[in-house]
Amino acid sequence: MSDLETFRRETRSWLEANCPPEMRRPMASESDTFWGGRNAKFSSEPQRVWFERMRDKGWTVPHWPKEYGGGGLDPEQAKIVRQEMAAIGARQPLTSFGISMLGPALLHYGTEAQKKAYLPDITAGKIRWCQGYSEPNAGSDLASLQTRAESDGDDFVITGQKIWTSYANHADWIFCLVRTDASAKKHDGISFILFDMTSKGVTTKPILLISGYSPFCETFFDGVRVPKSHVVGTVNRGWDVAKYLLQHERAMISGMGERGVGRPLGQVAADSVGTDDQGRLEDAMLRSQISTFEIDEAALSAAAERAVDLAKAGQSHPAFSSAMKYYGTELNKRRYEILMSAGGADALEWESERSRNGARPRAWLRTKANSIEGGTSEVMLGIVAKRILDLPGA
Amino acid sequence: MAGLDPAIHVFVSEKQDVDARHKAGHDEIIQFSRLLNIGILSMALVLTEEQSMLRDSARGLISDKAPVSHLRQLRDGKDATGFSRELWKTFAEMGFAGLLIPENFGGSGLGCVEAGVVMEEIGRTLMPSPFLSTAVLAASALTRGGSEAQKAAHLPKISNGSLLAAFAIDEGAKHRPLQTKLQAVRSGNGFKLSGAKAFVVDGHTADLLIVAARSAGAAGERNGLTLFLVDPKAKGIAIERTAMVDSHNAARIEFANVEVNADQVLGEVDQGGALLEGLLNVGRGAVASEMVGLSEEVFGRTVIYLKERKQFGKLIGEFQALQHRAAELYIDIEITRAAVLKALQTLDGDFEKAGAAVAVAKARAGATATRAVQEGVQMHGGMGMTDQFDIGFFMKRARVCQELFGDANYHADQLARMKNY
Repeated sequence: MSDLETFRRETRSWLEANCPPEMRRPMASESDTFWGGRNAKFSSEPQRVWFERMRDKGWTVPHWPKEYGGGGLDPEQAKIVRQEMAAIGARQPLTSFGISMLGPALLHYGTEAQKKAYLPDITAGKIRWCQGYSEPNAGSDLASLQTRAESDGDDFVITGQKIWTSYANHADWIFCLVRTDASAKKHDGISFILFDMTSKGVTTKPILLISGYSPFCETFFDGVRVPKSHVVGTVNRGWDVAKYLLQHERAMISGMGERGVGRPLGQVAADSVGTDDQGRLEDAMLRSQISTFEIDEAALSAAAERAVDLAKAGQSHPAFSSAMKYYGTELNKRRYEILMSAGGADALEWESERSRNGARPRAWLRTKANSIEGGTSEVMLGIVAKRILDLPGA
Repeated sequence: MAGLDPAIHVFVSEKQDVDARHKAGHDEIIQFSRLLNIGILSMALVLTEEQSMLRDSARGLISDKAPVSHLRQLRDGKDATGFSRELWKTFAEMGFAGLLIPENFGGSGLGCVEAGVVMEEIGRTLMPSPFLSTAVLAASALTRGGSEAQKAAHLPKISNGSLLAAFAIDEGAKHRPLQTKLQAVRSGNGFKLSGAKAFVVDGHTADLLIVAARSAGAAGERNGLTLFLVDPKAKGIAIERTAMVDSHNAARIEFANVEVNADQVLGEVDQGGALLEGLLNVGRGAVASEMVGLSEEVFGRTVIYLKERKQFGKLIGEFQALQHRAAELYIDIEITRAAVLKALQTLDGDFEKAGAAVAVAKARAGATATRAVQEGVQMHGGMGMTDQFDIGFFMKRARVCQELFGDANYHADQLARMKNY
C-alpha cells in the first residue's frame, strides 16, 4: 500500500513537471489527437513535447512490457497513472489502433518475433495501423467476409475489398481478415494477417459521411503479396484473434463518451436557455434530460470501474465488453442529442468560424456511428442474450 | 460480534455462480477506466471476501426462513405485526441487527456496504423486517447524532433485537424533508410537538420514534430542523397502521402537544438538517440496495421463464424481441449495481460528500427496478397478472421503494441542484 502511495506521489509530481499546460485542456477538435505514423505531424509544440516525454518514459502504453516500449507497470500502477492523468485533465499523448486493438491481440497471439517487430513501433508512435474487417457484404455478419488470400509459395496473394476502414488513407500498415480456406465453414477459414499499406495492389478511397468528414475508406486489394510469416496466430484460426481484438475495440468505443469532454452540460445549456432566480435552467424539460443523462453517465462510470476490478478479481465475463459497448455508445448519442438541443440554432451552423467549422453538429453526426461500428447495438444485445444470459436460439 | 464470526455462520449457503461470471477476466476491461472518468477512491468496486461471506450468510437465512411465501402468509393472515418477531430475534442473534452499531454498544461496527449487502438479500425475497427502520436508520441516527447517554440507552437494545424504532420524516404524499412542518414549540425544559407524519415505516410496532420537527424557520428551509427521540406511548400520540400496496408496514402518526424533554433532542436544536440529510442518504443507499436485489431476482425469474415457456412451437426466449429486451435489462441492472455499490462505499469513506453518489444510486435503482418489474410481468404474460404468481409482489414493493426517501425524479432534481443548473 505504501509502495503504491509512493508511486502515486511520484507519478503526480512527474506529471506536474512534464505535462504542458496546453495538454491539460479539453481537446477542441480532431487535430488535437496525435495518431503517430510515418507521416505524422504535430499540431502544436506542446503536443510534440508531451508525446516525446511520455514516449521516453514508456507511458504511451504504461501497462505494456518495457521491452516493447511500454512502461512495464502492473495493473495497480497503471490505474494510478490513469487516475493522476485524469486528475489534471492530461490528454492521451498518443491515440492509435495499434495500442487499443492490435497490440492486445499481438501480446496474446503473436510470436516473439512479431511482438518485437511491431510493438515497439506502436509505443513509439512510428507506425499507424488500420483495421481491415468489414466488407460490403460482411457487416454485422462479419464472418461471411470474402477477401481471398491464395497460397503461393511463402506468400499469400490477397484480393478483395474492405469498407469502413477507419483512416486507411493515413495508415501505414493494416491488420486484416482474409479468407484462406473457401471450402471450410465460414468461421473456420479466416486468417488474421498484417501488411504494409504501401504494398503494390493496395488502394484506398475515402467515403464522405453525413458529418462532411471522411474518417472511413473503401480499401481495395488487387493481388497484394504478403509473406505467410505475417499471419498472427494459426492459419484458418483468425476468427479467434478477430474476436479477441473486437473485445478491445468495443471497450475502446464504449469509452468514447468521455473523450475530450469539455464544460458540464448544465453550463453549456445555461448559455443558450438561461436560468431562473434560483439558478435552474429555464427549460425544465432540458434540465430533466441533462440530470437523467448525468445519472446514467455516473452509473456507467462506476460500472466501468467495477468492470476493471472484477477483471482483476477474475470474476468478469468475457462478453461483458459488449454490454459496456452497447450502453456507452447509446449514452454518447444521448449526450450529443442534448448538446444539440442545448445549442439550439447556434448548434446548426456548419461552416462559420464562430462555430469552429460546425464542430458540434459534425460531432453529433459522428456519434451516430458509435452504435454501428465495432458491432451494432443489436449485435451487442444478441451477444449478451446468448453468451451471458444463455437464451436459446441461433 | 455475534454471528459475524465466520465460525458462527450456520446458514452459509453454497456459493452460487449466479452471474455466470466464472471465467477469468480479460484485460480489455482494463481499458474502460482509461477511457472513462473514474473516481479516485481507491477501494475496489467489488465485495471483499468478508462482505461476500456476510452476503452468503444473509442469503442462507433469508431464503430459508423468509421466501416470498412468508410475506404472502403474513398478508393473507392479516398479521397484526406484519413481520415475524421470532425471525427478527434470529436476525439479532446472528449479528444483523447490530451491524452498524459500534462494538462497545454490542454491535459489529460495520458500514453501509455491509448494510446494503443485507438489504439486497431482503430485496430478493421481499422479507418484511425491521432491518431498515431499526438496524439501519435508527442505529445510524443514534450512532451519528446521539449523546453518550442516548447511545447507551438504546443501541445495546437495538443490537440484541429488543428495541424497534421508526423514522418519522415525511408529512405529505411526496418525500420533501425540508418541507417539514411538524412544530416543536419550546415549553419549559423541553418542547411540545404538534403535527402529523405519514409513510412511517414500521411506525405501528416501534418502541422508539425518531421525529423530524420544525423548531424554527419556515417550511422549505434547512435551518430550524430538530430531530427528537419520542416514546410512541407518550400522551398525545395517535398511530394508525396503514395497510400498503406491498403488504409491508407503515403508519400515519399524529402528534397533539406531545411533551418531550431537552434530553430527547437528537443532535442539536435547529441544526438537525445536516444530520437528517446524512441519515436519509444512509436510508437511500439501503433502499437502493434492496431494489438491486429485487430487480435481480425478478430478472432471474423472468429469464428462467423465457427458457421454459413455449409458444408457436418455440421457447419464447428464442424471439429476438424478447432477447434484446432481456439483454437491455441485464445491462441496466449491472450498471445500477455498480452505481449503488459506489454510493455505499462513498458513504463509508467520505460521508459528507456522498450526496451526489447517493442521488445517482437511488435514482438509477428506482428506474431500474421499475423497468425490471414491468418487464417481469409483461414477459410472464397472463401469469404475471395473477396473485398466485410472486412477480406481482415484486412490482408492488418496487413502487414503494421508489417513493421511500425520494423517487427517481426527486433525486434527478437534487443532482441538478448540486451541480448548479
